[in-house]
Amino acid sequence: MTTQTQQAFRKGVRQGIPIALGYLSVSFSFGILAVKSGLSVSAAVAISMTNLTSAGQAAGIGVIAAGGSYLELALTQLCINLRYALMGLSLSQKLDKGFSHMIHRFLTAFGITDEIFAVAISQDGQISAPYLYGLILLPFTGWSIGTLLGAAAGEILPKLLTDALGIALYGMFFAIFIPPMRKQKSVAFAVLMAAGCSIFCKYALPALSSGFSIILCGVLTSAVCAWRFPRTHTEQEESV
Amino acid sequence: MKIAYSILVMAAVTYLIRMLPMTIFRKKIQSPFLQDFLYYIPYAVLSAMTIPAVFYATADIPSAVLATIAAVLLAWKGFPLIVVALAASGTAFLTALAEKFLF
Repeated sequence: MTTQTQQAFRKGVRQGIPIALGYLSVSFSFGILAVKSGLSVSAAVAISMTNLTSAGQAAGIGVIAAGGSYLELALTQLCINLRYALMGLSLSQKLDKGFSHMIHRFLTAFGITDEIFAVAISQDGQISAPYLYGLILLPFTGWSIGTLLGAAAGEILPKLLTDALGIALYGMFFAIFIPPMRKQKSVAFAVLMAAGCSIFCKYALPALSSGFSIILCGVLTSAVCAWRFPRTHTEQEESV
Repeated sequence: MKIAYSILVMAAVTYLIRMLPMTIFRKKIQSPFLQDFLYYIPYAVLSAMTIPAVFYATADIPSAVLATIAAVLLAWKGFPLIVVALAASGTAFLTALAEKFLF
């Protein structure tokens, strides 16, 4: 590996630490839930290692526990996880030339989660494959180990603590979208409009799944912002 | 055996959703409108994901609201991700603890 590759990888690993800590606690509660729903410890861990998504997995074990069909299972995953397509599209525009090797696209696509996307997209300039592998490594590990611990020994941690850990990832989201709100009025508008839209969907349209609500709010808000606050397209971005 | 197929279905659908856009859009999108649209997507999506879900992320709403206030203040001051994340958890934990022993 070249020094540049190593540096990018290490940078990714470092930035993955807070995500991994959050995942450890969230997947811990998923492990508990999975075993309570009648799944074996190995099935719970297999789901986490192959899916790497919180809401989708929780809904999935609900369908499995209720004896739902494969079609129902597939549609549930599609609805809840479709937001990743939007994130993948957004991320596809930020990949550096190393991603001309398709294998990197096939592999890193597996690791697109809300949090990994959020951190990757907030980098200045383009992102490289080693960086993205580094960023995915610890969260994936934390997600798998947390599920195992939760499924195998769920009742060890007091509920007071696991409840509190669940909010860590949202804290991370605030740390990502609030600082740019101070710098750009347009971003502040986007955040507030999406929040308003999301609140409306939650309370006025309760039948709408949270996955669809996120897509609806994200697309509507971004379209309005692109129309009302067009940006100048001159800057050439550097790779990290 | 059914559980193995179920896991396979979940994994395959979720992976395809992630993989297809990353492999189909290999060129830079040229349309300025679409570029701007994609620029705002992360902020809009993150905000929609966080609000109002964050208020239901802990055992009760008061602890979540206090944790949110702590997170927003620290994020506003520009503290790193890990600090904001842990402060949110810490505030929620202390609030829940206080509720337990005071009321």
